Amino acid sequence: MMANFMGYSFTETIRRCIGLCIKLLTFALVGIFILTSSPAWARNVLVAVAANFMAPAHKIAAAFHSKTGYGVELSFGSSGQFYAQIKQGAPFEVFLSADAARPQKAEADGLAVPGSVFTYAIGKLVLWSANAQLVDPHGAILRSGTFTHIANCNPDSAPYGTAGIQTLKALGLYNQIDPKIVTAANLSQAYQFIASGNAELGFVALSQVMNNSKGSKWIVPQTLYSPIIQDAVLLKTGAKDPGARAFLAFLKSKTAIKIIHSYGYSTPGG
Amino acid sequence: MWPAIVLTLELATVTTAILILIGTPLAWWLARSKSWTADVISTVVALPIVLPPTALGFYLLVALGPHGPFASLLPFFGLRSLAFSFNGLVIGSVIYSLPFMVQPIRNAFRVIGDAPLEVAAMLRASPLDAFFSVAVPLAQGGIFTGSILSFAHTIGEFGVVLMIGGDIPGKTEVLSIIIFNDVETMQWRAANIVSAYMVLFAFAVILVTMMIERRTRRLFP
Repeated sequence: MMANFMGYSFTETIRRCIGLCIKLLTFALVGIFILTSSPAWARNVLVAVAANFMAPAHKIAAAFHSKTGYGVELSFGSSGQFYAQIKQGAPFEVFLSADAARPQKAEADGLAVPGSVFTYAIGKLVLWSANAQLVDPHGAILRSGTFTHIANCNPDSAPYGTAGIQTLKALGLYNQIDPKIVTAANLSQAYQFIASGNAELGFVALSQVMNNSKGSKWIVPQTLYSPIIQDAVLLKTGAKDPGARAFLAFLKSKTAIKIIHSYGYSTPGG
Repeated sequence: MWPAIVLTLELATVTTAILILIGTPLAWWLARSKSWTADVISTVVALPIVLPPTALGFYLLVALGPHGPFASLLPFFGLRSLAFSFNGLVIGSVIYSLPFMVQPIRNAFRVIGDAPLEVAAMLRASPLDAFFSVAVPLAQGGIFTGSILSFAHTIGEFGVVLMIGGDIPGKTEVLSIIIFNDVETMQWRAANIVSAYMVLFAFAVILVTMMIERRTRRLFP
């Protein structure tokens, strides 16, 4: 069958395939050249974003693009993973961390532009359940202990995980609830554990469930945990990219701050 | 560290034992059957090789939980969800390593051919007897390779465990998760030590498997 594919001999087929490939490649190269040389299609700004900031980051990137014309490519993951990748030469130009420690460390390690660190958001912790009846508005469910699994992020790598543990300790419930904690690698996973019903409830970021009418939640009072300061930093790879600098400037603008607030974060200004 | 090593070995041992029990008859049927359903089942068995562990982990997370297809059975065992438990990890690992057990055994059964079994039948051995006293001993190389590969593959498992485990020390926190956590928390030295042992272990396992295969080929050319 292979020997006379569509009436051609095998070698003829191979020759034609190679010819077609070369033609396609030429078209692609010309296309890429035209696209990249026009200013409207300037190179995208590569931004590493902590997973909790996913929803607002999409909105901010869209607003930034329509205002400035710069494209933004967003990558989502845990801050710890991003830090490891940046240290190994990942091409990200801007880093929106879920904490203050990693941008500071990036700066100290010479991976970031000195003096470019600033707080773009202050996160809020929420106790959430996919079950509409489970979590009461005062979090009394924690005291009742009528659940088998409570999801929380890894406190060693995720600031929201640290906040979850601090909350349990502040309520004096840590020792009795500890055996019921299932640890998620990041906030997205904590959300999956709870949304799939495997864990009845758990600590996630308010931004993740803010616009979710399903389920039940208790917004944990900020007196129970130390503030979740989320810092941004300009990385060395983006030092000379006007797009990267413009993105960071835009992150401090009224438009961006309005979006950030709409997802339940506060900002240093209020 | 020690609880994680013990847990990882425990998981790999239990998984391999279960896989020998269900993998051998399944491989036998796949090797002998001429029906087209055997091709379909072969394909299903091979799926975990090409599927991303995240896809498998995601379906398992939903399937093992209170909204899954087995949800009505769980309360009989006093459970709400099989996720975040050792048993849940075993179920995930058995599915994930199934092709590594079934494929070498199926190939070994195929190589035997019809002749030895026809001889057994002529000597009035029942099919079950022929299976245990002729087919299985002749296919022991395949069973051995399948067991080693399944054991090693379970030790190297990460994606599925991450998605359904919940990282509970002593229950679901295996070595690959420890490495992940060490990297996440910038403890690169610790990550390096565990990873280096994993590399050595994997190297030894593959080398031993290849040496055994070479020897069996010399014995049964």
